[in-house]
Amino acid sequence: MLLNALLLALHEIRRNLMRSFLTVLGIVIGVAAVITMVTLGNGATQMVATQIASLGSNLLMVMPGQRLGPGRDSAGAPKFRIADVEAIQQQIGGLKAVAPVVGSSVTLVAGTQNWSSTVNGTTNDYLISGNWKLAAGRPFSDDEERAGKAVCIIGNTVKRELFGNQSPLGNSIRVKTFDCEVIGLLAAKGQGGMGQDQDDTVLMPLKTVQRRLTGTLDIGGIMVSLKDTADSAIAMTQLRSLLRERRKLADNVDDNFNVMDTRQIAETLSGTIGTMTALLGAVAAVSLLVGGIGIMNIMLVSVTERTREIGIRLAIGALENEVLLQFLIEAVVLSAFGGLVGIALAFVACLGLSTLMHMPFLFNPGINLTAFAFSAAIGIVFGYVPARRAAQLDPIAALRHE
Amino acid sequence: MAVAELGAPLIELRTITKTYGAGQAAFQALRGVDLAIAEGDFVAVMGPSGSGKSTAMNLLGCLDTPTTGEYLFRGINVERLERNQRALLRRSCLGFVFQGFNLLARTAAQENVELPLLYRGEPAEARHASARAALDKVGLAGWEHHTSAELSGGQQQRVAIARAIVTNPLVLLADEPTGNLDSKRSHEIMELLTRLNREQGITVIMVTHEPDMAAYARRIVHFVDGVVASDECHSALKPCC
Repeated sequence: MLLNALLLALHEIRRNLMRSFLTVLGIVIGVAAVITMVTLGNGATQMVATQIASLGSNLLMVMPGQRLGPGRDSAGAPKFRIADVEAIQQQIGGLKAVAPVVGSSVTLVAGTQNWSSTVNGTTNDYLISGNWKLAAGRPFSDDEERAGKAVCIIGNTVKRELFGNQSPLGNSIRVKTFDCEVIGLLAAKGQGGMGQDQDDTVLMPLKTVQRRLTGTLDIGGIMVSLKDTADSAIAMTQLRSLLRERRKLADNVDDNFNVMDTRQIAETLSGTIGTMTALLGAVAAVSLLVGGIGIMNIMLVSVTERTREIGIRLAIGALENEVLLQFLIEAVVLSAFGGLVGIALAFVACLGLSTLMHMPFLFNPGINLTAFAFSAAIGIVFGYVPARRAAQLDPIAALRHE
Repeated sequence: MAVAELGAPLIELRTITKTYGAGQAAFQALRGVDLAIAEGDFVAVMGPSGSGKSTAMNLLGCLDTPTTGEYLFRGINVERLERNQRALLRRSCLGFVFQGFNLLARTAAQENVELPLLYRGEPAEARHASARAALDKVGLAGWEHHTSAELSGGQQQRVAIARAIVTNPLVLLADEPTGNLDSKRSHEIMELLTRLNREQGITVIMVTHEPDMAAYARRIVHFVDGVVASDECHSALKPCC
């Protein structure tokens, strides 16, 4: 009887290809939309989390000028000098690295290629505080730092634009009026928290940039990296009082510098991620509902035709159970097939879109299962329940159904 | 089965009533029908519309249940059977032909004819052979793979007849089988029914309102206002009742 019903159900699916196709389509779209939405959302969340981690977790960024905001003026604030950096290194405990940074936008030329990027003059401490690793080459030597030699460590984007697939080590890059030897290559980090390309950077010894590019002894900012055990609140207070003292600020005068804690940024971003996750959940629930209504419509639209058909089947001797089993199998086969195609489609879409958007692809079994189960349940319920009602009628009532 | 073997009634209706609706809106379609039909008979049921002839037909075919009264099929009280047992009775003993054909849409003639055999669980080979034989019997050899939409009304009705006879039923019930057909096709269908009755001994019960269709039958039962008004043997044929 089961085999027979299966045979009948498959006959029926083939006979009503259009109706079957629409049913399957409803389920496919419902399932695929929900899975894609949630999977991409998970990927985005994961990406933001990775970016936060790539900032370096225990980092204070010291910049001249007041915190940005209305009515604040940072243009006139004095810059830092190397003496400030040394003072911080000597007088504040619990620090892992203190890196001065002087930035300068330049055009880089290597062979026939050129590329606009930012040169950061700094020390080897920058690699520690910025959480950078070297993919190849070496950091600056003491001699190079002290003498301000023309050497540089380049980011992955700069390497790609200037040297393509070749190794950049030992080659030289022309920066304004001087040639600069590439001694190291930074490991790729990807997009930053604000969407900028972190790999589009060139590092040179601080003195090289000061002498050959900016022409002043000013330092744009200081990156202070704390030991993992250090309390950033205490370090921040110490740092502020030290800098206020060195800049001779009276008690009633506002800071003319600001200190940013990446932990604060991380906390803000975490809150954003929470909101995003909640939003995704809501979107997924709505698309699941919409998909479900689509499936329900297709199933209910064909009730009249199916009721008459059930009448015919009963009249020529089908048992109620045989008819029901057939319709149940039909609903299960269509729903399951649609669900599987939907999952496959979502997989392909997620893979494509996450590559396109440079996001990690995280397969989420939970949402795949939920979307499949929900759509299949709707397909089965709305395929089976009307059939059940029809099969319980007297055959003549089913035949006359309009 | 020869005509001479007419014996005890195959079908017997005892004071059957059927009421649709309830209360003041209730309509009594049958008001106490007694009718006995012998095996091998060919009965035409006539009467004006609303006289209850189609209702009686649906009751005979177990497609509907009477309000009161008894329906005996070969001495078995059908009213005491369960739904599934009545379905099994339809499956094994009854064949139906409807005015509106009631073929499955978008389905080839042969598949339509095979459907009752599928429910009987017959193997594919036997199904195909029986269906082809039945279609051949109604003159549709070569039309096996045409769907309903590709067949004329007369051909569709013949497919329906093939579907009804493919199981070798004891009784063929036809509710206005020629109602949707022109007179040439109607006569073809009637000749087919007559042949099935004479050659295969199938008991044929047919509702019609056309006297020249009823003329093919051996016996004519007239319904008026839900009761049997007259019951006569056709003069041109051998007496039967």
